[in-house]
Formats: sequence, C-alpha cells, structure tokens
Amino acid sequence: MAELITMPKLGFDMAEGTLVRWVKVVGDEVNKGDVIAEIETDKATVEVESSVSGVMVKLVVDEGTTLPVNAPIAVVAQKGEEPSEEELKALVGEEGGEKSKKKAKKEEKPAKKGQESKKEEEPEAKEEEADITPAGGVRSSPLARRMAEDHDIPLQKIDGSGPRGRIVKKDIEEFLEKGPEPEVSKSERQVSLPAFAMGEIPEDQVVEMSRLRQAIGRRMQDSNQNFPHFYITRAFKTGALLKLRKELNELLPEEDKLSVNDFIIKAVALALRQYPNLNAVIEDEKHIRRFGHVNIGVAVAVEGGLLTIVSKDADQKPLRLIAREIREMAGRARDGKVKNEDIEGSTFSISNLGMFGVDNFAAIINPPEAGILAVSTAQDVPMVVNGEVVVGSQMKATLSADHRVTDGAEAAEFMRVLADYLEEPKRLLL
Amino acid sequence: MARITMREAISNALWEEMERDERVFIQGEEVGVWGGTYAVTKGFYDHFGEKRVRDTPIAETAIVGSAIGAAMTGMRPVAELMTINFAFVAMDHIVNEAAKLRYMFGGQFTLPLVIRAVSGGGRQLAATHSQTPDAIFAHFPGLVVVSPGTPADAKGLLKSAIRSDDPVLFIENATLYQTRGEVPDDPEHLEPLGKSKVQREGDDVTIVAYSKMVQSALKAADMLSEDGIEAEVVDLRSLRPLDMDPVIESFKRTNRAVIAEEGWRSYGVGSEVSSRIYELAFDYVDAPVKRVAQAEVPLPYNSELEQLALPKTEDIYRAAKEVLYG
Repeated sequence: MAELITMPKLGFDMAEGTLVRWVKVVGDEVNKGDVIAEIETDKATVEVESSVSGVMVKLVVDEGTTLPVNAPIAVVAQKGEEPSEEELKALVGEEGGEKSKKKAKKEEKPAKKGQESKKEEEPEAKEEEADITPAGGVRSSPLARRMAEDHDIPLQKIDGSGPRGRIVKKDIEEFLEKGPEPEVSKSERQVSLPAFAMGEIPEDQVVEMSRLRQAIGRRMQDSNQNFPHFYITRAFKTGALLKLRKELNELLPEEDKLSVNDFIIKAVALALRQYPNLNAVIEDEKHIRRFGHVNIGVAVAVEGGLLTIVSKDADQKPLRLIAREIREMAGRARDGKVKNEDIEGSTFSISNLGMFGVDNFAAIINPPEAGILAVSTAQDVPMVVNGEVVVGSQMKATLSADHRVTDGAEAAEFMRVLADYLEEPKRLLL
Repeated sequence: MARITMREAISNALWEEMERDERVFIQGEEVGVWGGTYAVTKGFYDHFGEKRVRDTPIAETAIVGSAIGAAMTGMRPVAELMTINFAFVAMDHIVNEAAKLRYMFGGQFTLPLVIRAVSGGGRQLAATHSQTPDAIFAHFPGLVVVSPGTPADAKGLLKSAIRSDDPVLFIENATLYQTRGEVPDDPEHLEPLGKSKVQREGDDVTIVAYSKMVQSALKAADMLSEDGIEAEVVDLRSLRPLDMDPVIESFKRTNRAVIAEEGWRSYGVGSEVSSRIYELAFDYVDAPVKRVAQAEVPLPYNSELEQLALPKTEDIYRAAKEVLYG
C-alpha cells in the first residue's frame, strides 16, 4: 500500500510550512525515520522524517512551495509496488481530513529541530521490546531518567551502554563518579593561542552552511531589507537592579537564582503592556495586530547560530518563574533538544550580549515582530549625580523598531518607561 | 525439623489436620484404598476409615460439587483432582460456585473447601494431561490459588488452606514430590495465604517464580553467583491474592527482573507480575522485564521435544544475563 506523507504540524500555532529542499527524490529507497525533506516554518528549518519504509514514488510539490499543515507532500510506496498515475492522484486527492492529520501527528516527534539525520541501521524490533525512539532522541531507562533528573544531569551528556545505546543506571553512576567535565575558565580561554606557528598559513576553507545558518540568513535578510528599522539607544542606571538582584539571590536556591536578563525580560514585558504598538505585527497592508499576550523571545547562542526561546506571558509571571523557565529552555536549546513550544509564539525579542563586555549594539528585528531590544553590558562608569561625578553602574540598550508600526516618539517613551522599571526595580516585584 | 520430601510434607499436613479437626475429610479418585495416584494419602484409609477418606467415581463434577455442598453445610472437605487438567470438567463448580457462593449469598455461607490438584508437565503424559493452567484459575476473584515451591511451604500453606473459610485451589507440581527440604515438625507450622516470600537474597537481579520454577530459579541463582551476579528469588506462593510487596521491594533495589513460570507466557503469571512492576515501580525500571515460560505449543509427548518446550534453569540463567545486559 502506498503511503502519503503530509506536512507535519510542528507546534500549535503552525499553520503552514515551506518545503525548502527535497532530500529524497523519486526512485530513492526510503527507510522509516529517514529524512525525506526539509521544511521551514517561521521559526526554524526542520527535517521531515518518513513514517514508513519503501520507495519514494511521488513528490507532490516543488521546492519552495508553501503549503498548509496536513497537505500531502509525497507518496512512499512499498518496494516492488508501482502505483499508476491515477492511483497516485486518487491517493493525493482523497487523503486529507482526519487520516492525514493523524499521520502528521505521528511525524511530529521524530522531526526535531537541529537533530542530525539518523542513518544508523536499526535492527528489527524484538518480540518483547518495541523499537521506540523516545522524545529527545535519547534512549534511557525510566530509572536512568529519574536519576538524571535527581542529579540535574542532561542525558545528552551520557553515553548509554545498554542495547542501542540505551542509558541505564550504571551509566549514570559512572558519570556521577567521574564528575562533570571541568569547564574552561574565561581567563584560560583568553590566553589560549592558535595552534599553528608563524609562517604556516592555513588554506581557505569552504564549509557548508547548516540549515540553521541558512534559515537565520534568510530571515535576517528579509527583515533588514523589508522592515524599515529605526534605533533608539538609552543608558540605564543599574546600581539598584544589581543590588536588588544580589539581595534576592541570597534568598533563592541555586536553581532559582535570577540573572540580570530575567529582570530585563520582566521589565520589557511590563513596558510593552503600556505600549501595545511595539507588541504587534503587520497583519496586512491595512492592519496591525496588537497581541493580547506578551511573550518575550530571548536569543540564545547555539552551535552554528542562534535560537529564540520564548518566555510566555512574562508580564504575568513572577521573576522566579521567568528565570527558571528561561534556564530550562536555554539548556535545551544549547543541547540541541529544544521543544517546539520553547521557540514559538514570541511577540517581541531581546538580544543580550551583556556577558561579552559590549558597550552598545543594534539588533535586527526578529520577523514578523515590531521590535527587538539589544542589551549590552552593565559596567561601572563615571556619572553625574546631583552635580557631582561619581562611579555608578550603567547599562546601555538599543531598541530596533519597525517604523511601519511605531514612531520615534512612541519608541522613546517606551524606553523611558523601561528605564522606570529597571532603575526602580522593586516595581518588577509588585 | 526434618529433611523430608514434598510428598511427605503434604501428606503430613493432611494427616495432622485430619487428626486436629474431625470435620476435615478427603475425597477423590483412588485416594482411599489405593492411597492416591501420587501416594500422598497412603495409609489414610486404614487410619481414618472410609467415611473420611472417600473414593469417588471418575466424575470431577461430582467430586467438586459434593465437596462444595459439604463445605456449605459445615464440613471442611479436601477434594483431590488427579490432575488439574481434569478441573476443566468441573470448571462450572470451581469458578461459578466455589468462587462465588459466599459472595452471592451475602456471606450466609462460608466455603472451607480445599481442592488439591497436580499441575505441570515433563512426565510424558502428552498434551492434555501435562498442562500448567494455573493462571486461568487465578483469574477469578473469590478463589484463593496457592502453589508451593518448597516442602516447608507446602506443609504450612496446605494447613492454612484447610483452616481457611474460603475455597482454596492448592496446586502441586508432580515433579516436586521428590524434592527434599527442611520441614518443621510443629503441627502449628502455618504459612499465610497470599504472602510472597524471598527464598534467596541478592542485589543484582530479581527472579520471580512459583512452584517448580522456584527450584529452577534457585539453581539459576547459584549459576549466576558463580559469575558474580547475586539474584534475589521471590516465591509468589499464592497467585491469588497476589502479594507484590516483596517483588517491588526487591525490584527497587535490583531494577531488573525475570519472571519464571512453567505455563505458557501469553496471558500468564509473568504477564501479570511484569505489568504490576511497570505500574508500581516504573521509575525503577532499568531494563525491560523478561518472562521465562513454556513454548507456545501443546506439550509434546516425545520426551526430547517435551523437555525442549518446558522452561528450564538455563533459560532463567540466560534471561537474567539478558536483563543485566551481560
């Protein structure tokens, strides 16, 4: 029986996806779990895995086509089966509705973002042991999962010794015995020198762009070319914020400690509540959609690019919860195990390069949002207080805003309100 | 304490209970004059007389049915079925009456009935007389199903069964009759019904078994010990009520389990026990639970084939190695 492959739904707000590239072409042998195509949603590029084994007999759409969730994209037939053109047409035409919805759901799990295509040959499932690739792509026993959770160890860091790499109790115990890998300190990193000696010039390298790299490129180019950006920079006094953070962190357990960025997320969310034009998208030529939710996207550097994780309803949540969620999502993002809900639904974004000693920078708007705040490093600077030059802590941030949606005066007011929150940070606790 | 066979342990239990309580009587095919097909009641007829050791026609429905009636009217019958395969003939009496009368009459009657039956294969009795259908009977609420794996337990459990006011199906494995073990002489040596028991302690893997498979599991544990693996052997002893506490307690330490039964695997004791492990100790599972059971065929008459179809010590040993990924 030939099977229809449909556009998977990767996240609750995904309505359509663009088929960027076919990995398999007609005539190719397809194993269950093989990547057959890459699709791009408005968040990321993801791989579509085949839910069946057989031979690719039809690609329903061309590369570059955007189509709704559950729409047929390909047909995989069993080996030796040669469906006629009429049969294929009937299959592509009559499917849809409930059946393809189910199929799309099935594909939701395997098609994790950033996951390399798994080429390993998997033996046939034994009678007693079903062949299940768990969410996250790591095989582990329930006991191992619980132990890893108890000790706060990401399973991705552990090599499994069980069948097909399953992580078992013994592996966790060995990992714990070994202790975590020592982290390279900042200063060590700074003094490390390139390995080659003078005179040895390495040759040019041509490297393939990862799909993530390509997606970032497309989206940033689109935003920078088509969204009329303007920029507002403001300096924020951060003495009170740093003091409050220190006081609060003394009360909090290690896993709940607050970062400066958590305060900024909360402050931006509250300020956006007052300036809904900045928490908006261009709906069409004549309409702007002002979002009811305030969901703050936070750019996280990952291998080969960046992802935007989303603190949902940040205006409603206490700082502690924001901090915890951000920490968990950022961890998953860096481990390449980000969940779809981690990266979807943002209405405004923050890019924070504070940890790199940056004075100031401007970010490109994360499309289709209306603004992004580029946050730099809080540092001690000479500042004038009551006519005297004193040393104080200050942080600069630059808002990039979409001029189709808002104007300079409104954006500047937003920055003033943001300053009210950041410079009197107790307000973030109310 | 004496080192005696399981046959003697069961015989002693019957004898002691008949001496203790004159309401206890035995009935079944060839139990009297002949002394029992497996010689369990040898000498009983001469000592207790024909009223208390009753030879019956070859009619299992009558054996069980009349025993139920006697139990309802105040006696404590021990009905013997030559093999459990004949219990199918009396199925209606066992599952629709014995298991349900006390419940359906709102507790007006108790049913102090014991049905002894011989289960298991390996003696070239062919497909219809070699079955281990224990799990079928354990399916029915209202029936207590007991099957001992050691002589001491056989004695203590049978005495408790006779003293119980509920119907008990007491299943004996014929190949265990010659198994010897230390058995207390104490006429008050009672083992509780519905309680599992750890027969050997170990921290590396849990082997759950009952009846004949307890002996196989203990041997497998010795083999594993030579490889540096210490297996804990939990003897279920009762299939209903099923006491999972020692199993779960053990599994939480070992995180690996093998369940051995002589019957078929599908819908069997192993299925029930493994399912309960997943339900009660999911967060302690480090490897899928393995079931060791009889090949899914009617048991062959041919001795070689019969032995191949039955689960053995080596199967348990191998399964334990497999769950340990060794």
